[in-house]
Amino acid sequence: MPADPPIPDPPVATPPVVAARGLVVAYDQRLVLRGVDLHVDRGEVVAILGANGSGKSTLIKAILGLVPLVSGEITLFGTGAAEQTGRPARAWWRRDQGRRDQGRRIGYVPQRLGAGGGVPATVGEVVASGRLARRGLRPASRADRDAVEAALAAVGLAERARDPVGSLSGGQQQRTLIARALAAEPQLLVLDEPTAGVDSASQTAFAEALRGFVSGGGTVLLVAHELGPLRPLITRAVVVHDGQIVRSEEIPEPVGHHAHPDHDHIHPHAPAEARCLWGLRP
Amino acid sequence: MSIFAYEFMQRALLGVLITGLAAPALGTYLVQRRLALIGDGIGHIALTGVGLGLLTGAAPVWTAVVVSALGAVTVELIRERGRASGDIALALLFYGGISGGVFLVALSAGQTNANLTAYLFGSPLTTSPTDLTIMAVLGGAVLAVTLLLRPWLFAISHDEEYARVAGLPVRALNLLLAVTTAVTVTVAMRAVGLLLVSALMVVPVATAQLVTRGFRATMHLAMLIGVLAAGLGITLAGSYDTAPGATIVLVAIALFALLAAGLAGFRASRRAATRRGSPMTGAGDEPEPPDVLLAVRANGERHDPAHDR
Repeated sequence: MPADPPIPDPPVATPPVVAARGLVVAYDQRLVLRGVDLHVDRGEVVAILGANGSGKSTLIKAILGLVPLVSGEITLFGTGAAEQTGRPARAWWRRDQGRRDQGRRIGYVPQRLGAGGGVPATVGEVVASGRLARRGLRPASRADRDAVEAALAAVGLAERARDPVGSLSGGQQQRTLIARALAAEPQLLVLDEPTAGVDSASQTAFAEALRGFVSGGGTVLLVAHELGPLRPLITRAVVVHDGQIVRSEEIPEPVGHHAHPDHDHIHPHAPAEARCLWGLRP
Repeated sequence: MSIFAYEFMQRALLGVLITGLAAPALGTYLVQRRLALIGDGIGHIALTGVGLGLLTGAAPVWTAVVVSALGAVTVELIRERGRASGDIALALLFYGGISGGVFLVALSAGQTNANLTAYLFGSPLTTSPTDLTIMAVLGGAVLAVTLLLRPWLFAISHDEEYARVAGLPVRALNLLLAVTTAVTVTVAMRAVGLLLVSALMVVPVATAQLVTRGFRATMHLAMLIGVLAAGLGITLAGSYDTAPGATIVLVAIALFALLAAGLAGFRASRRAATRRGSPMTGAGDEPEPPDVLLAVRANGERHDPAHDR
């Protein structure tokens, strides 16, 4: 994919999947994002890299509408989410409706299973909950059940559908979460550290599922510490440092010792906490 | 059962059965969100509603519904903000609710302490036909919400952030769940009382999840256990003249203890048998699914689950 096409490639411009401009996010007066622009086109697989505390997770949470913006503008699939700025409580009903349209096009894969979980839930139940984005308030149809089964099969967990998620390994839980996202048949997958603390068998299954999604025309935005088996899929890397994007470039094929799978790719310009770049592996 | 020849006992039985069915159905969501004790707080707030009703001459059930619903919505808004000061705000709300209730009940002329006790700890034997109708209607509403909206309420209870991204009307569902909690509290008020409401929401769920693997299964088994505890409790209370609300809750806790002890004993004996017996395949080392355990217990014989596949 050319970085700077002199003429727009398709004559009819397809709207970018993600267009974020001047994003400013603050937690308790502390600026976490200071004016971030991010543009993701259809079919791209963009990795957001950065040290712990650089703001990379906040960036995707802002794009997903999970953290309020101080200022800035986000457009997803060419349509803006209604009223992104200002008080989050405002016009909540209208905002919810806007989200509903976007929700069925976005599959979100959080870092780990949600905080809920005082009660056991089966893998099938968790994955089926992902289908609700598309299903709305209708009862489940044949197509809904097929989509859930296909999503389970895509991550290699079809046989575990009736097992409680709590009995799965960390990697299998992570695959459950990607299946939940795939069940809604989204156009954009947003993944937060999908490979952190995941065994290599699951990482490979994960990469396989992602490859299938991308070859079907999907767009991917992921936050990562280490790319591992996802590495060949990435088309562009964006480096976040101190709340700003410091680099955005297409990923070159790794050469020399950089290509070694165990190579810790620490940049000399990275901040002191770069040591933690590879994160806390549970 | 001869005690159920009396009409008031029949009404008492029906009333507690409705409660035993509705409270765990709602409680499954509260336990899922790790908000097991929120029902207790809403119960505190409902007492202010009871006091208002007694003072103004309005039916205490309805004033309790309104006040506890307002309280539940406030709790939900505080929870949504997720502030560190949230639990202080909840404490103010809950203790304000119960002391406001006691204050108002004392103010209302002609109301004795016995009446307050009835609301705090339940008095199913005094269920009037009108009470029963109200309980049936409200209990039916609770069951309709908790059973028909299960996929959506499960989604927000299991992973609220995900549900938000998926475009579900998270806030509307949260508020619906909060109001349903308040209604459940009011339904259970007559049966087990406002201070014991939370027990019927939580204990059957805790018991059910000892042996279940999924959310839906937990919910259904918890409802069954709730009905069992309510029916058994009111029978015991009627036969031996014990406090009905407390008896029902004690029966529910006894069921939990029995099942937990039975499971622990069974697992221990199974481990011992595995150590003595011939080495099995790798699958044999995994703990057996709990429902298999139950089936084995019921049949009274051991079998290797690997043969079932």
